[in-house]
Amino acid sequence: MTDPLNPPPRKNPQKRTRIPTRPMPMRSRAALGLAAAAAEGRFMLQTCAECGTVQYPPRDACGACLSVELNWTDVSPAGHLIADTTVRTSTNVYFRERAPWRVGTVRLDVGPSAICHVHGDVAADDPVRLVIKLDKSGQGVLFALPQKTTPNMEDDPHMREMTCDPKFRRVLITDARNENAPALAQALADAGASLIFVGESEAWRPYPHRDALEKTANVKIVPLDVTDTASVAELAGEIGGKTDILVNNARFVRPGGIMDRGDVVFARDEMEVNFFGMMRLAQAFGPAMRGRGADGDNSAAAWVNILSVYALSNMPEFGAFSASNAAALSLSQCLRGELIEGGVRVMNVFTGPTEDEWHQPLPPPKVLPAALARAVVDGLREGLEDVFVGDVAKDLIDRWRAGPKILEREMMDPGGQG
Amino acid sequence: MNAKRAGYDGVVAAVPVTVPYQRYSKETAHWWIARALRQLAEEAGIKPSEIDGFCASSFTLFPDTAVGLTQHLGLTPRWLDHIPFGGASGIVALRRAARAVQAGDANVVACVAGDTNHVDSFRRMLSSFSRFAQDASYPYGSGGPNACFALLTDHYMRQFGATREDFGAICVAQRENALRNPHAIMKKPLSLQQYLDARAISDPIALFDCVMPVAGAEAFLVMREDDARAAGLPHAHIRSSIERHNAFPDDPIQMRGGWAMDIDELYGMAGVAPDQIDVLQTYDDYPVIVMMQFEDLGFCEKGDGPQFVRAHDLTIEGDFPHNTNGGQLSAGQAGAAGGYIGLVEAIRQVTGTAGPTQVKGAKTAMASGFGMINYDRGLCSGAAILSGDTA
Repeated sequence: MTDPLNPPPRKNPQKRTRIPTRPMPMRSRAALGLAAAAAEGRFMLQTCAECGTVQYPPRDACGACLSVELNWTDVSPAGHLIADTTVRTSTNVYFRERAPWRVGTVRLDVGPSAICHVHGDVAADDPVRLVIKLDKSGQGVLFALPQKTTPNMEDDPHMREMTCDPKFRRVLITDARNENAPALAQALADAGASLIFVGESEAWRPYPHRDALEKTANVKIVPLDVTDTASVAELAGEIGGKTDILVNNARFVRPGGIMDRGDVVFARDEMEVNFFGMMRLAQAFGPAMRGRGADGDNSAAAWVNILSVYALSNMPEFGAFSASNAAALSLSQCLRGELIEGGVRVMNVFTGPTEDEWHQPLPPPKVLPAALARAVVDGLREGLEDVFVGDVAKDLIDRWRAGPKILEREMMDPGGQG
Repeated sequence: MNAKRAGYDGVVAAVPVTVPYQRYSKETAHWWIARALRQLAEEAGIKPSEIDGFCASSFTLFPDTAVGLTQHLGLTPRWLDHIPFGGASGIVALRRAARAVQAGDANVVACVAGDTNHVDSFRRMLSSFSRFAQDASYPYGSGGPNACFALLTDHYMRQFGATREDFGAICVAQRENALRNPHAIMKKPLSLQQYLDARAISDPIALFDCVMPVAGAEAFLVMREDDARAAGLPHAHIRSSIERHNAFPDDPIQMRGGWAMDIDELYGMAGVAPDQIDVLQTYDDYPVIVMMQFEDLGFCEKGDGPQFVRAHDLTIEGDFPHNTNGGQLSAGQAGAAGGYIGLVEAIRQVTGTAGPTQVKGAKTAMASGFGMINYDRGLCSGAAILSGDTA
């Protein structure tokens, strides 16, 4: 079993913060399929469309029949560890700093053998299940886990490098007023977050769940208005150096598209919060987080955006809101590229209509705050990049993958959505 | 069924050349290869312009290849080859050059492997070694070949009961041989206890299982037997040779090399049996590969490698002289020249020119090559049987 992680000691502010280093990020285009699978926590390998041979390492033509029709497919992750080693000297600084590092060869039941990272609870010749994780370079890597869950297995030091587990980490939830804030705070507290800052704008204005929020373990309500650059900068000055996970749940939502709104007032508000809010937060908190990506057991780990799944394809009833989320999604990709230099992950949680006042007239299913919070915590524990929460979001991403243009037409005609 | 291959009648290998190795060098691969060529010409008594065939191997020549070397070094060959096969380069060069000379495409082929070793060149080479290595092995701990061979060694030990003492016996014997080789980088004796107590590198591999990357060059000439005789050059006959790439791709992990596919042809073509090999030069980047070669080259059954090592004395004066110049493990690994060191020593042995490392009465030698850990295993293998005039 894995030794449980101890609460990290208080940081000595006089000590230098270790500069984040990374495993080698270069990959062939084919190999990027692993990152795509890892982003969603799937176990996928290339499979030949003609002869069915499962391939590894990723390649451009089938090693059995030379077909170039290789599709990334969900396959069985079961296998056996047939060789292992502990690397004690490495030419790469990242691994050198973290040595000894365990590596093994797993023979997959579906055919190929693969060199992979190995969890400490796996013994020689053990059956294992492989997962694909994102490493600190944001690239997909194979990780061999014990077939069955073992005590504290998430605390394995190599495992924790690949995930963003909230345990002993300090979190900022950006919008206390959002109806999902109490559920998010509770779920993160339950997951072991040691300190949960919750940003509150316009403190003089009451909102119904403030008491519940304040009573949640480890929660500290702090002033924050994501539409106010000075407010964001001020809070970053106070807690930016101890924000390990930032959950950006700030959102401005109103129904309506273009012509049924006579002006751009709401559209401006949507952009102020949903797009510029993220940008202000990123400019204020991003540099410190990126610099703290290797800062011990409670290093900066993840940036979470809660986005509408209609960022992918516009929903006319919430047309302008969808557009602001599309902008936010694009900005999050930019942020992902900038934060990865510090090994900090950007996780987008895509949700369909949520159970709140602005989605009141929409039919079910709608995403409840608790479900959203669970998806955030599970995604962090798994180290995901893209999470689709609820049936509507899952259905939409399926349709989007099948054909974005077809989906666009379906979205225009509500009758076509069923 | 393959067609019967023609022999290498009338073609010989001669003028074995070693440019003494250095741990680090500020010079380039071009410099090391030039020195080898110069030495070849001097020892053969020919002008560089008389070299009309040229075959080069190097890891550190980038952005040049053998083509760039012709202009850089002032050669005008009518036959040119570049062999990027790492540890199999020497055997493959010999095979190709021999056919070129035999067919009349060239009179004298200079086969050269040389590499420099800058302080950071090993790390740079590892991270861009191959696409599969970049995608699927280097991101896992970046242990380089040490980690890949640690996995093979771990599996081999579990499968066949080999112990660290067995691998140690190979390394210790080679060190003893190296002490007679003035060019060897390793100058101090190595005891089994020192081997066992050495710093762990990538379990079960420890310090003395690993080669020392160095700068250096190795070379030989391939020419017509008549020309060698006329010039009074000691020469080795090529009795047979094999090469194979990506053998046994379905083996879940490497336990055998391509030799196992072609071994009957190797002995059949030469008309000799394993017990007629007087001296063996295997490719020894790690001792587990040596043990596999004892098996795959027909000196014992698969899995009997550990037993074979326990039963034999691998030193120059032993009953099974092996890697007589100390091999890469003790003489150093000069990049692609590591794929030449055994073959060059084998030419010396059968021509009776090995000096302090000479095995008395060695008439027939085998040299083998192994190279290119493209991902999880060595892909290239080759071997040749050579004999002297008196065999």
